Amino acid sequence: MAVMTYREALNLALREEMRRDPSVFVMGEEVGLYEGAYKVTQGLLKEFGPKRVVDTPIAESAFTGIGIGAAVLGLRPVVEMMTFNFALLALDQIVNSAAKMFYMSGGQYSVPIVIRGPGGPAAQLAAQHSQSMEVYFYHVPGLKVVRPTTPMDAKGLLKSAIRDDNPVIFIEAETLYPVKGEVPEDPDFVIPLGQAIVRREGTDVTVIAYMGMMYRAMEAADELAKEGISVELVDPRTLRPMDVETIIGSVRKTHRAVVVEAGAGFAGMGSEIAAFVTEHAFDDLDAPVERVTGANAPMPYARNLEKLKTPSKDKIAAAIRRVCNANGS
Amino acid sequence: MAKTMPERKGHSALGLDAELARRLLYTMLLIRRFEEKAAEAYTLGKVGGFLHLYIGQEAVAVGASSVLRADDYAISAYREHGHCLAKGADPRRVMAELFGRRDGLSKGKGGSMHLFDRSVNFLGGHAIVGSHLPLAAGAAFAIKYEGRDAVVVCYFGDGAVAQGEFHESLNIAALWKLPVIYLCENNRYAMGTSTDRALAQTEIWKFGQTYGIPSEKVDGMDVLAVRAVVGRAVARARQDKTPSLIEADTYRFRGHSMRDPAGAVYRTKEEVEHEKERDPIVMFRERVLTPGILTEADVRALEKDVNDRIDEAVAFADASPEPPDEWLFTDIYKED
Ligand SMILES: Cc1ncc(C[n+]2csc(CCOP(=O)(O)OP(=O)(O)O)c2C)c(N)n1
Ligand SMILES: [Mg+2]
Repeated sequence: MAVMTYREALNLALREEMRRDPSVFVMGEEVGLYEGAYKVTQGLLKEFGPKRVVDTPIAESAFTGIGIGAAVLGLRPVVEMMTFNFALLALDQIVNSAAKMFYMSGGQYSVPIVIRGPGGPAAQLAAQHSQSMEVYFYHVPGLKVVRPTTPMDAKGLLKSAIRDDNPVIFIEAETLYPVKGEVPEDPDFVIPLGQAIVRREGTDVTVIAYMGMMYRAMEAADELAKEGISVELVDPRTLRPMDVETIIGSVRKTHRAVVVEAGAGFAGMGSEIAAFVTEHAFDDLDAPVERVTGANAPMPYARNLEKLKTPSKDKIAAAIRRVCNANGS
Repeated sequence: MAKTMPERKGHSALGLDAELARRLLYTMLLIRRFEEKAAEAYTLGKVGGFLHLYIGQEAVAVGASSVLRADDYAISAYREHGHCLAKGADPRRVMAELFGRRDGLSKGKGGSMHLFDRSVNFLGGHAIVGSHLPLAAGAAFAIKYEGRDAVVVCYFGDGAVAQGEFHESLNIAALWKLPVIYLCENNRYAMGTSTDRALAQTEIWKFGQTYGIPSEKVDGMDVLAVRAVVGRAVARARQDKTPSLIEADTYRFRGHSMRDPAGAVYRTKEEVEHEKERDPIVMFRERVLTPGILTEADVRALEKDVNDRIDEAVAFADASPEPPDEWLFTDIYKED
């Protein structure tokens, strides 16, 4: 184990996979000479050269399509979106080409591509640069969607994503890049896609959260522990395929569930989780599932408004108290 | 046959001997017959959805494919039966795909617009206009990355030229020197929109000049002309990874799809009749019969072969079962 930042963990995952498999290459805007807009690809050009660290023009649709075309022929591209907000320009390639080629070809052509980059709330970047983007992708059969919360997950999940034979949408977070944590240096360390993790064991309520919201929920859980409320925190890590079993198992134990997400609540991840918890564990529930979500508004610039847009620790704690005080047991 | 020897010599200077003539004519006839039978099956309700016929444009796919090796790739839009067949796909499996049957190329999951055939390096069958142009560049990128000398031919319509992906792809293909041949089949219409209502520059080949790549216009009704022009482009792509843009001047004799029976509102009957006088198959047949490269009997034999083969394709498709219900959920994710 070594202590490193989330950014360094991603960088290490890329290096290890590029060393391991010559068909892995990195492509995107500013990934080479500039060393990445967020420095995730720092040093890669020097180690692997311009053949495998490919700077592209600003043409998301084309370079994503090029990645997909290269993947169809058997390469393993890791395409960087400078930020995931820009992936909307490539949405057609991702949804209509990458996600469906294997199906449309009756299993003849798979698309082993990773599309990665930061997404989610950033710091005062306003409406176009600070969006929770996973919602646009996890609806689509054929895609896998990963949101890694910790440096260890960043490394282990990115390596799995690169080795996966399917298109994987891998959304990091600007706000998490400097976060430090323990990371295994073993190049064989991977975390399988589709496995949730219980980040904190508890008995009274299951809180499902990921990325920045997981850190906030953890703070809320610390606070509530002092009030005698024992919170179990589950991080899905992969949103598609979702580890329904782990979440349901936890809810069966605690009988209560709160879902936290940074994105706008309407038809969001919380809706989906609340739906399947109700479907699979209705009889186990002592209270309705609560959703704590981003406001149904674009991301504002002003600091005070921006704060209101994304769920705070206090809002999360309040929701947990509500479900725990609901009369059921 | 002996009396035709001098003529044949002259033509073999152009690379046209009886063997090649037979191959080109056979493949054009095969596509024509396939499309006629597909249309018939559509009217009988055996083929559903959108069905876009290639009738009138056969010389483009056949001329281009005739200079490709088996390890080269082709990729196309949704009017792609001809491209897929010309690359060597089995007509039986193509027809079964149109019928939505389990023996179709894509197990019946793709249909007319999504033909893929890995065994002949046919990369699809893409129905979002312009979307496969980057995919073609990506395949060419992979070829170059792996140090191979294969090439990619990317067929697309005039309608795709107005899309951003056309320009993005040409720019990057030129910038990175990718072994791809962008082959625009300008049949003058994108559904009902004529090129002059969609493009500020209707001389499509000129866009290649903007991106600094070799670009040419060719008579897309002349299979030998297409063969020659694409042959040069393939040689450039193979030797030094130079991409090309080729505009093939062509015409679709049928409507946009089976739902647009004659294409009657946006073009005149006279125009269609006039263009049919330049039927690529009729013209090529004349071209090989007149100097005696092939005889009437040769051509009749080819036609018979083609008709038999397509009848067999229809019978095969008819006999193939529907895909089993479980297949709804297979081929979504590739398991390791
Ligand atoms: C992005 C997109 N927009 C619209 C359509 C609907 N559409 C299907 S075919 C077509 C016309 C395309 O014409 P062209 O590229 O010239 O090809 P052709 O049909 O002549 O072979 C249109 C508008 C589509 N499939 N994709
Ligand atoms: Mg057209």
